[in-house]
Amino acid sequence: MNIKILGSGCRKCVALAENAKAAADAEGINVEIEKVTDIIDVARYGVMSTPGLVIGDKVVSSGRVLNPSDIGALLREAAA
Amino acid sequence: MQEIFIWLNDQLLRMQWLSDLVTMLVRDGFGLDTTGRIGGSIHFFIYDVIKIFILLSVLIFCISYVQSYFPPERTRRILGQRRGLWANTVAALLGTITPFCSCSSIPLFIGFTSAGLPLAVTFSFLISSPLVDLASVILLASIFNWSIALAYVAIGLVLAVLGGTLIGRLRLEDQVEAFVYQSPVSDPDNDGAISRRERLSYASAQVAEIAGRVWLYVLIGVGIGAAIHNWIPEGFIAALLGQDKWWSVLVATVAGVPMYADIFGTLPIAEALVDKGVGLGTALTFMMAVTALSLPSMIMLKRVVRLPLLGVFIGIVTVGIILIGIVFNATAHLFV
Repeated sequence: MNIKILGSGCRKCVALAENAKAAADAEGINVEIEKVTDIIDVARYGVMSTPGLVIGDKVVSSGRVLNPSDIGALLREAAA
Repeated sequence: MQEIFIWLNDQLLRMQWLSDLVTMLVRDGFGLDTTGRIGGSIHFFIYDVIKIFILLSVLIFCISYVQSYFPPERTRRILGQRRGLWANTVAALLGTITPFCSCSSIPLFIGFTSAGLPLAVTFSFLISSPLVDLASVILLASIFNWSIALAYVAIGLVLAVLGGTLIGRLRLEDQVEAFVYQSPVSDPDNDGAISRRERLSYASAQVAEIAGRVWLYVLIGVGIGAAIHNWIPEGFIAALLGQDKWWSVLVATVAGVPMYADIFGTLPIAEALVDKGVGLGTALTFMMAVTALSLPSMIMLKRVVRLPLLGVFIGIVTVGIILIGIVFNATAHLFV
Protein backbone atom coordinates (compact mmCIF):
# COMPACT_ATOMS: atom_id res chain seq x y z
CA MET A 1 0.00 0.00 0.00
CA ASN A 2 1.20 3.48 -0.78
CA ILE A 3 1.32 6.16 1.90
CA LYS A 4 2.24 9.74 1.22
CA ILE A 5 3.33 12.31 3.75
CA LEU A 6 2.55 15.82 2.50
CA GLY A 7 4.63 18.65 3.89
CA SER A 8 7.83 20.53 3.32
CA GLY A 9 10.00 18.60 5.74
CA CYS A 10 8.85 20.22 8.96
CA ARG A 11 9.30 18.47 12.29
CA LYS A 12 5.65 17.40 12.31
CA CYS A 13 6.01 15.73 8.91
CA VAL A 14 8.89 13.65 10.21
CA ALA A 15 6.85 12.67 13.27
CA LEU A 16 3.88 11.72 11.10
CA ALA A 17 6.08 9.59 8.84
CA GLU A 18 7.49 7.79 11.88
CA ASN A 19 4.00 7.15 13.25
CA ALA A 20 2.83 5.83 9.88
CA LYS A 21 5.79 3.46 9.76
CA ALA A 22 5.10 2.27 13.30
CA ALA A 23 1.43 1.75 12.48
CA ALA A 24 2.20 -0.27 9.37
CA ASP A 25 4.66 -2.45 11.31
CA ALA A 26 2.15 -3.03 14.08
CA GLU A 27 -0.58 -3.95 11.61
CA GLY A 28 1.79 -6.13 9.64
CA ILE A 29 0.88 -4.26 6.45
CA ASN A 30 3.51 -3.77 3.81
CA VAL A 31 3.68 -0.09 2.90
CA GLU A 32 5.88 2.24 0.94
CA ILE A 33 6.12 5.71 2.41
CA GLU A 34 6.61 8.57 0.02
CA LYS A 35 7.28 12.18 0.95
CA VAL A 36 5.74 14.98 -1.07
CA THR A 37 7.61 18.15 -0.18
CA ASP A 38 6.96 20.68 -2.94
CA ILE A 39 4.27 23.00 -1.65
CA ILE A 40 2.45 23.09 -5.01
CA ASP A 41 2.37 19.29 -5.18
CA VAL A 42 1.05 19.26 -1.62
CA ALA A 43 -1.66 21.73 -2.57
CA ARG A 44 -2.58 19.61 -5.60
CA TYR A 45 -3.94 17.08 -3.16
CA GLY A 46 -6.25 19.78 -1.87
CA VAL A 47 -4.44 19.92 1.45
CA MET A 48 -4.32 23.34 3.09
CA SER A 49 -2.42 22.64 6.25
CA THR A 50 0.53 20.34 6.64
CA PRO A 51 1.36 17.67 7.44
CA GLY A 52 -1.12 15.78 5.33
CA LEU A 53 -1.53 12.02 5.19
CA VAL A 54 -2.56 10.22 2.02
CA ILE A 55 -3.37 6.52 2.08
CA GLY A 56 -3.84 4.97 -1.33
CA ASP A 57 -4.97 8.08 -3.12
CA LYS A 58 -7.21 9.43 -0.42
CA VAL A 59 -6.34 12.33 1.86
CA VAL A 60 -7.19 11.06 5.32
CA SER A 61 -5.91 13.88 7.50
CA SER A 62 -4.38 17.32 7.30
CA GLY A 63 -2.80 19.67 9.79
CA ARG A 64 -2.40 16.96 12.43
CA VAL A 65 0.11 14.40 13.56
CA LEU A 66 -2.04 11.29 13.94
CA ASN A 67 -0.83 8.73 16.45
CA PRO A 68 0.07 5.20 15.30
CA SER A 69 -3.19 3.62 16.49
CA ASP A 70 -5.29 6.13 14.53
CA ILE A 71 -3.20 5.50 11.44
CA GLY A 72 -3.49 1.75 12.05
CA ALA A 73 -7.28 2.01 11.99
CA LEU A 74 -7.13 4.00 8.74
CA LEU A 75 -4.79 1.42 7.21
CA ARG A 76 -7.16 -1.42 8.12
CA GLU A 77 -10.03 0.54 6.62
CA ALA A 78 -8.10 1.12 3.40
CA ALA A 79 -7.01 -2.51 3.18
CA ALA A 80 -10.54 -3.82 3.63
CA MET B 1 -10.07 51.28 38.47
CA GLN B 2 -8.15 53.24 35.90
CA GLU B 3 -5.07 53.08 38.09
CA ILE B 4 -5.30 49.32 38.22
CA PHE B 5 -5.55 49.19 34.44
CA ILE B 6 -2.54 51.47 34.04
CA TRP B 7 -0.53 49.39 36.51
CA LEU B 8 -1.44 46.13 34.73
CA ASN B 9 -0.62 47.72 31.40
CA ASP B 10 2.76 49.00 32.59
CA GLN B 11 3.84 45.83 34.33
CA LEU B 12 2.34 43.08 32.16
CA LEU B 13 2.44 44.63 28.71
CA ARG B 14 5.20 47.18 28.84
CA MET B 15 7.07 45.12 31.45
CA GLN B 16 8.38 48.05 33.44
CA TRP B 17 9.74 45.55 35.99
CA LEU B 18 11.89 43.99 33.29
CA SER B 19 13.19 47.37 32.16
CA ASP B 20 14.10 48.17 35.78
CA LEU B 21 15.81 44.80 36.21
CA VAL B 22 17.83 45.23 33.04
CA THR B 23 18.76 48.76 34.12
CA MET B 24 20.10 47.30 37.37
CA LEU B 25 21.98 44.61 35.49
CA VAL B 26 23.58 47.04 33.04
CA ARG B 27 24.39 49.61 35.72
CA ASP B 28 25.56 47.38 38.56
CA GLY B 29 26.60 44.28 36.63
CA PHE B 30 28.37 45.88 33.67
CA GLY B 31 29.08 49.23 35.32
CA LEU B 32 27.58 51.16 32.40
CA ASP B 33 25.33 54.20 32.42
CA THR B 34 22.00 53.30 30.76
CA THR B 35 21.52 56.87 29.59
CA GLY B 36 24.88 56.67 27.80
CA ARG B 37 25.37 55.31 24.35
CA ILE B 38 26.78 51.85 24.98
CA GLY B 39 24.78 51.25 28.13
CA GLY B 40 21.64 52.48 26.39
CA SER B 41 22.12 50.15 23.43
CA ILE B 42 22.78 47.17 25.66
CA HIS B 43 19.73 48.00 27.75
CA PHE B 44 17.53 48.36 24.64
CA PHE B 45 18.81 45.07 23.24
CA ILE B 46 18.47 42.91 26.37
CA TYR B 47 15.16 44.40 27.45
CA ASP B 48 13.54 44.20 24.02
CA VAL B 49 14.75 40.69 23.24
CA ILE B 50 13.47 39.30 26.55
CA LYS B 51 10.21 41.25 26.33
CA ILE B 52 9.50 40.17 22.77
CA PHE B 53 10.24 36.51 23.49
CA ILE B 54 8.00 36.50 26.57
CA LEU B 55 5.14 38.16 24.69
CA LEU B 56 5.72 36.00 21.63
CA SER B 57 5.52 32.76 23.61
CA VAL B 58 2.44 33.71 25.58
CA LEU B 59 0.63 35.21 22.60
CA ILE B 60 1.38 32.45 20.14
CA PHE B 61 0.24 29.90 22.69
CA CYS B 62 -3.11 31.65 23.17
CA ILE B 63 -3.63 32.33 19.48
CA SER B 64 -2.74 28.80 18.45
CA TYR B 65 -5.25 27.49 20.95
CA VAL B 66 -7.98 29.64 19.41
CA GLN B 67 -6.69 28.79 15.97
CA SER B 68 -7.11 25.06 16.59
CA TYR B 69 -10.86 25.71 16.39
CA PHE B 70 -10.48 27.23 12.93
CA PRO B 71 -8.56 24.88 10.65
CA PRO B 72 -8.46 26.12 7.05
CA GLU B 73 -11.17 23.67 6.00
CA ARG B 74 -13.57 25.21 8.48
CA THR B 75 -12.57 28.73 7.49
CA ARG B 76 -13.33 27.80 3.91
CA ARG B 77 -16.75 26.44 4.83
CA ILE B 78 -17.55 29.59 6.79
CA LEU B 79 -16.48 31.83 3.93
CA GLY B 80 -18.35 29.76 1.35
CA GLN B 81 -21.62 30.59 3.09
CA ARG B 82 -21.13 34.37 2.94
CA ARG B 83 -21.70 36.75 0.04
CA GLY B 84 -20.45 40.15 -1.05
CA LEU B 85 -18.77 42.64 1.23
CA TRP B 86 -19.77 40.61 4.26
CA ALA B 87 -17.74 37.67 2.95
CA ASN B 88 -14.72 39.97 2.56
CA THR B 89 -15.15 41.26 6.09
CA VAL B 90 -15.39 37.77 7.57
CA ALA B 91 -12.35 36.74 5.47
CA ALA B 92 -10.34 39.66 6.83
CA LEU B 93 -11.39 38.81 10.40
CA LEU B 94 -10.59 35.11 10.03
CA GLY B 95 -7.24 36.16 8.55
CA THR B 96 -6.31 37.54 11.95
CA ILE B 97 -6.46 34.15 13.66
CA THR B 98 -4.65 32.02 11.10
CA PRO B 99 -1.04 30.91 10.81
CA PHE B 100 1.62 33.57 10.51
CA CYS B 101 3.76 31.83 7.93
CA SER B 102 3.83 33.08 4.37
CA CYS B 103 4.52 29.50 3.32
CA SER B 104 0.92 28.56 4.11
CA SER B 105 -0.48 31.16 1.73
CA ILE B 106 -0.07 28.95 -1.36
CA PRO B 107 -1.99 25.91 -0.09
CA LEU B 108 -4.66 28.26 1.24
CA PHE B 109 -4.90 30.10 -2.06
CA ILE B 110 -5.25 26.85 -4.00
CA GLY B 111 -7.61 25.31 -1.47
CA PHE B 112 -9.90 28.34 -1.41
CA THR B 113 -9.90 28.95 -5.15
CA SER B 114 -10.45 25.34 -6.18
CA ALA B 115 -13.42 25.17 -3.83
CA GLY B 116 -14.99 28.09 -5.70
CA LEU B 117 -14.40 30.97 -3.31
CA PRO B 118 -14.24 34.23 -5.26
CA LEU B 119 -10.84 35.88 -5.70
CA ALA B 120 -12.14 38.90 -3.78
CA VAL B 121 -12.67 36.85 -0.64
CA THR B 122 -9.43 34.88 -0.96
CA PHE B 123 -7.38 38.04 -1.36
CA SER B 124 -9.06 39.76 1.57
CA PHE B 125 -7.94 36.77 3.59
CA LEU B 126 -4.43 36.75 2.11
CA ILE B 127 -3.91 40.46 2.80
CA SER B 128 -5.17 40.33 6.36
CA SER B 129 -3.43 37.10 7.35
CA PRO B 130 0.20 38.32 7.58
CA LEU B 131 -0.73 41.95 8.26
CA VAL B 132 -2.96 41.74 11.28
CA ASP B 133 -3.01 39.16 13.99
CA LEU B 134 -3.81 39.16 17.66
CA ALA B 135 -0.12 39.06 18.53
CA SER B 136 0.57 42.25 16.62
CA VAL B 137 -2.22 44.04 18.48
CA ILE B 138 -0.84 43.17 21.89
CA LEU B 139 2.74 43.92 20.82
CA LEU B 140 1.75 47.32 19.43
CA ALA B 141 -0.11 48.06 22.65
CA SER B 142 2.98 47.03 24.58
CA ILE B 143 5.42 49.15 22.61
CA PHE B 144 3.19 52.11 21.75
CA ASN B 145 -0.28 52.25 23.25
CA TRP B 146 -3.77 50.82 22.90
CA SER B 147 -5.20 53.46 20.59
CA ILE B 148 -2.36 52.96 18.12
CA ALA B 149 -2.81 49.18 18.33
CA LEU B 150 -6.54 49.35 17.69
CA ALA B 151 -6.14 51.90 14.90
CA TYR B 152 -3.57 49.63 13.24
CA VAL B 153 -5.94 46.66 13.33
CA ALA B 154 -8.92 48.63 12.10
CA ILE B 155 -6.94 50.07 9.23
CA GLY B 156 -5.35 46.70 8.36
CA LEU B 157 -8.82 45.14 8.18
CA VAL B 158 -10.14 47.97 6.01
CA LEU B 159 -7.18 47.52 3.66
CA ALA B 160 -7.88 43.78 3.46
CA VAL B 161 -11.60 44.25 2.74
CA LEU B 162 -11.15 47.05 0.18
CA GLY B 163 -8.08 45.48 -1.45
CA GLY B 164 -9.83 42.14 -1.85
CA THR B 165 -13.01 43.76 -3.16
CA LEU B 166 -11.06 45.79 -5.70
CA ILE B 167 -9.20 42.71 -6.94
CA GLY B 168 -12.57 40.96 -7.29
CA ARG B 169 -13.99 43.83 -9.35
CA LEU B 170 -11.14 43.58 -11.86
CA ARG B 171 -12.31 40.10 -12.96
CA LEU B 172 -8.88 38.54 -13.12
CA GLU B 173 -10.03 34.94 -12.68
CA ASP B 174 -8.30 34.02 -15.95
CA GLN B 175 -5.00 35.17 -14.46
CA VAL B 176 -4.92 32.25 -12.07
CA GLU B 177 -2.96 29.21 -13.27
CA ALA B 178 -5.36 26.60 -14.64
CA PHE B 179 -4.20 23.77 -12.40
CA VAL B 180 -5.44 25.70 -9.38
CA TYR B 181 -9.07 25.32 -10.50
CA GLN B 182 -8.50 21.64 -11.26
CA SER B 183 -7.06 20.81 -7.85
CA PRO B 184 -9.30 18.52 -5.85
CA VAL B 185 -11.13 19.83 -2.83
CA SER B 186 -10.26 17.68 0.11
CA ASP B 187 -12.07 18.04 3.37
CA PRO B 188 -11.09 15.33 5.80
CA ASP B 189 -13.59 16.10 8.51
CA ASN B 190 -11.19 16.03 11.42
CA ASP B 191 -11.73 19.30 13.20
CA GLY B 192 -14.48 18.01 15.47
CA ALA B 193 -12.56 15.23 17.14
CA ILE B 194 -9.76 17.22 18.74
CA SER B 195 -9.48 16.96 22.50
CA ARG B 196 -8.39 19.78 24.76
CA ARG B 197 -5.11 18.02 25.39
CA GLU B 198 -4.42 17.89 21.67
CA ARG B 199 -5.20 21.60 21.38
CA LEU B 200 -2.82 22.40 24.23
CA SER B 201 -0.06 20.30 22.74
CA TYR B 202 -0.72 21.83 19.32
CA ALA B 203 -0.40 25.30 20.88
CA SER B 204 2.88 24.51 22.59
CA ALA B 205 4.25 22.91 19.43
CA GLN B 206 3.33 26.10 17.55
CA VAL B 207 5.22 28.21 20.09
CA ALA B 208 8.33 26.07 19.63
CA GLU B 209 8.04 26.05 15.86
CA ILE B 210 7.42 29.78 15.45
CA ALA B 211 10.03 30.80 18.02
CA GLY B 212 12.49 28.54 16.21
CA ARG B 213 11.64 30.22 12.92
CA VAL B 214 11.64 33.86 13.98
CA TRP B 215 14.26 34.17 16.71
CA LEU B 216 16.96 35.29 14.28
CA TYR B 217 14.68 37.97 12.79
CA VAL B 218 13.89 39.20 16.28
CA LEU B 219 17.60 39.47 17.18
CA ILE B 220 18.37 41.26 13.90
CA GLY B 221 15.36 43.55 14.32
CA VAL B 222 16.24 44.45 17.89
CA GLY B 223 19.89 44.90 16.85
CA ILE B 224 18.89 47.36 14.13
CA GLY B 225 16.55 49.04 16.61
CA ALA B 226 19.37 49.41 19.16
CA ALA B 227 21.65 50.84 16.46
CA ILE B 228 19.03 53.35 15.37
CA HIS B 229 18.34 54.15 19.00
CA ASN B 230 21.85 55.15 19.96
CA TRP B 231 24.26 55.21 17.05
CA ILE B 232 22.64 56.69 13.97
CA PRO B 233 22.56 60.49 14.34
CA GLU B 234 19.08 61.87 14.87
CA GLY B 235 19.72 64.52 12.22
CA PHE B 236 20.35 61.86 9.58
CA ILE B 237 17.12 60.02 10.31
CA ALA B 238 15.17 63.28 10.52
CA ALA B 239 16.56 64.37 7.16
CA LEU B 240 15.58 61.08 5.53
CA LEU B 241 12.38 60.12 7.32
CA GLY B 242 11.40 63.19 9.38
CA GLN B 243 7.80 64.20 9.99
CA ASP B 244 8.10 67.18 7.66
CA LYS B 245 9.42 65.15 4.73
CA TRP B 246 6.61 64.23 2.38
CA TRP B 247 8.64 61.38 0.89
CA SER B 248 9.25 59.62 4.21
CA VAL B 249 6.30 57.26 3.70
CA LEU B 250 7.55 56.35 0.23
CA VAL B 251 11.06 55.62 1.51
CA ALA B 252 9.59 53.41 4.25
CA THR B 253 7.51 51.51 1.67
CA VAL B 254 10.32 51.00 -0.82
CA ALA B 255 12.62 49.81 1.97
CA GLY B 256 10.01 47.54 3.52
CA VAL B 257 8.31 45.78 0.61
CA PRO B 258 11.09 43.41 -0.49
CA MET B 259 12.11 42.68 3.08
CA TYR B 260 11.00 39.50 4.72
CA ALA B 261 10.45 39.47 8.44
CA ASP B 262 7.48 39.09 10.63
CA ILE B 263 5.90 41.54 12.97
CA PHE B 264 8.08 40.46 15.90
CA GLY B 265 11.27 41.46 14.13
CA THR B 266 9.83 44.65 12.67
CA LEU B 267 8.39 46.23 15.78
CA PRO B 268 11.66 47.07 17.54
CA ILE B 269 12.79 48.91 14.40
CA ALA B 270 9.53 50.86 14.27
CA GLU B 271 9.84 51.60 17.98
CA ALA B 272 13.35 53.02 17.59
CA LEU B 273 12.33 55.06 14.55
CA VAL B 274 9.41 56.66 16.37
CA ASP B 275 11.71 57.44 19.31
CA LYS B 276 13.97 59.28 16.88
CA GLY B 277 11.13 61.50 15.75
CA VAL B 278 9.98 59.58 12.69
CA GLY B 279 6.27 59.99 12.05
CA LEU B 280 4.01 57.28 13.42
CA GLY B 281 2.49 56.77 9.96
CA THR B 282 5.92 56.29 8.43
CA ALA B 283 6.83 53.67 11.03
CA LEU B 284 3.52 51.81 10.63
CA THR B 285 3.88 51.90 6.84
CA PHE B 286 7.30 50.35 7.19
CA MET B 287 5.87 47.58 9.40
CA MET B 288 2.98 46.91 7.04
CA ALA B 289 5.28 46.89 4.01
CA VAL B 290 7.59 44.36 5.62
CA THR B 291 4.87 42.01 6.86
CA ALA B 292 2.26 42.21 4.09
CA LEU B 293 4.56 41.98 1.08
CA SER B 294 7.89 40.26 0.74
CA LEU B 295 10.04 38.87 -2.03
CA PRO B 296 9.74 35.23 -0.88
CA SER B 297 5.95 35.37 -0.69
CA MET B 298 5.72 37.02 -4.12
CA ILE B 299 7.93 34.32 -5.63
CA MET B 300 5.60 31.74 -4.06
CA LEU B 301 2.46 33.46 -5.34
CA LYS B 302 3.95 33.73 -8.82
CA ARG B 303 3.66 29.95 -9.05
CA VAL B 304 -0.12 30.08 -8.82
CA VAL B 305 -1.12 33.41 -10.37
CA ARG B 306 0.05 35.15 -13.55
CA LEU B 307 2.01 38.37 -13.54
CA PRO B 308 -0.90 40.81 -14.14
CA LEU B 309 -2.80 39.54 -11.10
CA LEU B 310 0.36 39.48 -9.00
CA GLY B 311 1.09 43.05 -10.12
CA VAL B 312 -2.42 44.19 -9.25
CA PHE B 313 -2.14 42.57 -5.81
CA ILE B 314 1.24 44.17 -5.08
CA GLY B 315 0.06 47.51 -6.50
CA ILE B 316 -3.13 47.68 -4.46
CA VAL B 317 -1.44 46.70 -1.21
CA THR B 318 1.45 49.12 -1.80
CA VAL B 319 -0.82 52.07 -2.58
CA GLY B 320 -2.97 51.10 0.41
CA ILE B 321 -0.13 51.17 2.91
CA ILE B 322 1.24 54.43 1.49
CA LEU B 323 -2.16 56.04 1.98
CA ILE B 324 -2.38 54.62 5.49
CA GLY B 325 1.03 56.11 6.32
CA ILE B 326 0.04 59.54 5.06
CA VAL B 327 -3.24 59.51 6.96
CA PHE B 328 -1.56 58.30 10.15
CA ASN B 329 1.14 60.95 9.90
CA ALA B 330 -1.49 63.64 9.48
CA THR B 331 -3.54 62.43 12.44
CA ALA B 332 -0.76 61.14 14.74
CA HIS B 333 -1.54 63.78 17.39
CA LEU B 334 -4.81 61.92 18.07
CA PHE B 335 -2.97 58.78 19.13
CA VAL B 336 -0.07 59.89 21.33
